[in-house]
Amino acid sequence: MSLDIDGIGIAFGGIKAVDDVSFTARPGEVTSIIGPNGAGKTTLFNLVSGVYRASAGRVRIDGQDVTGLPGHALARRGMARTFQNLQVFPQMSALDNVMTGCHMQEKSNLLADLLGLASAHRETARSRDAAMAALQRAGLAELAHRPASEMSYGQLKRLEIARALVTGCTILLLDEPAAGCNAVETREVDDLIHAIAAEGKTVVLIEHDMRMVMRISSHIVVLDQGRKIAEGGPEEIRNNPHVIAAYLGAHGAAEAEAAAHV
Amino acid sequence: MAGQGTTTAPQESGREMQARTEPARRRVIGPGLRTFLIFAVLVGLGALIFPSSYFYRVGTLVWINTLAVTGIVVLLGYVGLVSLGHAGFFAIGAYATAILPNYGIPSPLAMLAGVALAGLLALAVGRPILKLSGYYLAIATLGLGMLIWMVLSKEAWLTGGPDGMVVSGMNARNLFKMVGLKLKSAEAWYWVAGFAAAIGAAIAVNLAGSPSGRALRAIHDSDVAARSLGVDVAKAKSRAFVISALYAAVAGALLALANGYITPETGGFMHSVEMVTMAVLGGASSVFGALVGALILTALPQVLTVFADYEHMVLGGIMVLTMIAMRRGLVPFIVDLWNRRKS
Amino acid sequence: MSELLQFLVSGITVGAIYAAIALGFTLIYNASGVVNFAQGEFVVIGGMTAAALIGAGVPVWIAAPLAVIAGMLVGVLLYRLAIKPAREAPLVSLIIITIGASIFLRGAMQAVFDKQIHRYDGFSGDAPLRVGGATILPQSLWIVGGSIAVFAFLAWFLNRTRAGRGIKATASNRMAAALVGINTGRAMNLSFALSAAIGALAGVLATPVTFTSYDVGVLMALKGFSATMLGGVGSPLGALAGGLLIGLIEALTAGYISSDYKDASAFIVILLVLFLRPQGLFGARITERV
Ligand SMILES: Nc1ncnc2c1ncn2[C@@H]1O[C@H](COP(=O)(O)OP(=O)(O)OP(=O)(O)O)[C@@H](O)[C@H]1O
Ligand SMILES: [Mg+2]
Repeated sequence: MSLDIDGIGIAFGGIKAVDDVSFTARPGEVTSIIGPNGAGKTTLFNLVSGVYRASAGRVRIDGQDVTGLPGHALARRGMARTFQNLQVFPQMSALDNVMTGCHMQEKSNLLADLLGLASAHRETARSRDAAMAALQRAGLAELAHRPASEMSYGQLKRLEIARALVTGCTILLLDEPAAGCNAVETREVDDLIHAIAAEGKTVVLIEHDMRMVMRISSHIVVLDQGRKIAEGGPEEIRNNPHVIAAYLGAHGAAEAEAAAHV
Repeated sequence: MAGQGTTTAPQESGREMQARTEPARRRVIGPGLRTFLIFAVLVGLGALIFPSSYFYRVGTLVWINTLAVTGIVVLLGYVGLVSLGHAGFFAIGAYATAILPNYGIPSPLAMLAGVALAGLLALAVGRPILKLSGYYLAIATLGLGMLIWMVLSKEAWLTGGPDGMVVSGMNARNLFKMVGLKLKSAEAWYWVAGFAAAIGAAIAVNLAGSPSGRALRAIHDSDVAARSLGVDVAKAKSRAFVISALYAAVAGALLALANGYITPETGGFMHSVEMVTMAVLGGASSVFGALVGALILTALPQVLTVFADYEHMVLGGIMVLTMIAMRRGLVPFIVDLWNRRKS
Repeated sequence: MSELLQFLVSGITVGAIYAAIALGFTLIYNASGVVNFAQGEFVVIGGMTAAALIGAGVPVWIAAPLAVIAGMLVGVLLYRLAIKPAREAPLVSLIIITIGASIFLRGAMQAVFDKQIHRYDGFSGDAPLRVGGATILPQSLWIVGGSIAVFAFLAWFLNRTRAGRGIKATASNRMAAALVGINTGRAMNLSFALSAAIGALAGVLATPVTFTSYDVGVLMALKGFSATMLGGVGSPLGALAGGLLIGLIEALTAGYISSDYKDASAFIVILLVLFLRPQGLFGARITERV
């Protein structure tokens, strides 16, 4: 499903953290949001996913206006996300974390859950299978029974991806999924995102790793101080003087260039 | 060598935790039934060793408190919400059971009505109150509890006022008589309370490992993440609030009948604090924590007179010290120690 | 008419007490982000200590400052022994700790003093003044004056002194404050000491009018907190206004509806505020960071 952002904005105490940003993310593609620290990328995600209430602008999913819906209602319309600063459930095992992502598919009712009826066990068993499969996909299968509080930063990042995937989402927002990952893990995350998009999901990615961004994005939106300063394909963005000045700098541009020739 | 063992062994925290995370395999008895059986054995053990009616009466109190604290476990341990007004729900259960028989309604129906009333009140105030978090919730529930307590102590025509009221009606002995068992009244109430606590524990354990329970525990750790996974956080919290109010109300109704006398203090702030203290002392994350907390704080005052003389200082001290020294409570603390010793 | 005037006078008197408690809440909250449920106990400590000293023949002008100092010491102890060791604890633990501390102090008060209700004579006697059909106790003037003085002092202290600015900086960003060389530990100690002193002072001033006993702390805290929320958490001006408003609402409820339920009005105000305007009258709306 396509995600349309139209003129969205919010201010915190007079400072416009996101200001009149518009773009469209299409199914089967990776749309990346890049920009310097504090540009408003995470805030944009929070607006789109209903964590913050936008003071201006619209969000549409497949043309349907979903602006202002609470987070759980957006999730029911197929939106899932991960968090830059990690919002895992540290008291649970990795498996239970991901099983929580199955919440929307679970059909047992509260009474059955309280009485421990067969239907509750059946739903749990199904969720467990789905969660195991997602952990496998994120490369975390061996850690399934490890408490989340004992996993590394990079592992938790992937745990969040697995948890978002099992929701059955069609739109996936990823906030710096490769942060804290080593080169090998980054490559794995990279492949995973690629595969997710190839399934026809709409992927929106925030990432500072320019190699990764240039490699997997179809479309890039550049933010600076809350405003969109450029938008286009990787090639275009890499050579855009404004973007180089505001964000990429000489080093970043070289890195992006290198990525293009891998 | 032992040190090496500890660093590599995966930490398991608590029996329940283990049950939740165990890989799928056929179990002959589920965790809920297992908990029920453990509780049943403990109830029976008590009956085996108790020498007098006095012990049965204290035992009855332990089980009633365990039941009420299990409700706190659901709210505080599973979802992470602090209520400082749960004694209010407890008192609603108790007073309905005391008052309604005076108007010709039989005790069992009165109990039901009290429990339903507590549940409805929790439902009505829960939604708006639970939009609040942290401090605001604690204050709002504190105020709610005070309001209930105020009504109980001021409306003397209905409740007998600050002096409390006599509860007439059902005696558990008759229940046992029907199946041909002759028990003393104290013994009969002990078995009834123990049975109720065991059922309550089983239900709470069932909940923990179920889809609804996972959603609650997710809210405990991050409500933002839970919401992003499609959990209707407000609804889930409100359900947990109602469930925990029901636990308190059933416990209150049982106390009214078993004691034959109640005062507004059953709904007072100190009673709410007592329930929370039992939960945090034993360990708010599991029903066994509820049992241990209730056992210690019910039984100790019977043996130690300092408890009676310095009740407030002891309760307050326990709350502060537990939170500083073993934040998760006694049961998880001991289980962790045990696991570390083993590995 | 004179009846209404009388209710207003008593409303402002108790309102000023709530305002002082609310200012204490605000100070600690601003410095540490902790809502101190034990705040009401300081009021009791102030009142009970003063009552005991005065009962033992100590003149008021010595007993009152001693009582405030006693409150202050307990405040620092509370921070050192209970709050500081749990600095990094989750909010729920902090709530339980301050509640526990409040219950503990209540018990300590009962052990050190007694379970009786106490009062002593007003500082300027108890002969009521007549003003336009209403009677005012001279002590009411002390109470209102005291709250205004506390407010003025806090405004001056937080904005004009080095130590006060340290508290403000610590509140807005502990790490950054520490980096620029502010002693955040001292700022925390100071804010607990001051806040406790303010609570104790409220108790010392109020006891001739409201009486005190070991167990009124929770109710005081609830009222003070209602005032804080009504005014807007974190805003000293809000605390002052909120306190006076709660006092007035309570006095009018007692006068025109039922004195049995005057305490309920504070609770109902809290609920209304929380539902209608959670940031209070003077509080800024903040969006929790994710
Ligand atoms: N809840 C909030 N309250 C106040 N200010 C906020 C809030 N959330 C974000 N901001 C501010 O908005 C601006 C944008 O922050 P944001 O986290 O969106 O940046 P970002 O582009 O994600 O940066 P980074 O690359 O470092 O993650 C920053 O100045 C930040 O301080
Ligand atoms: Mg960010």
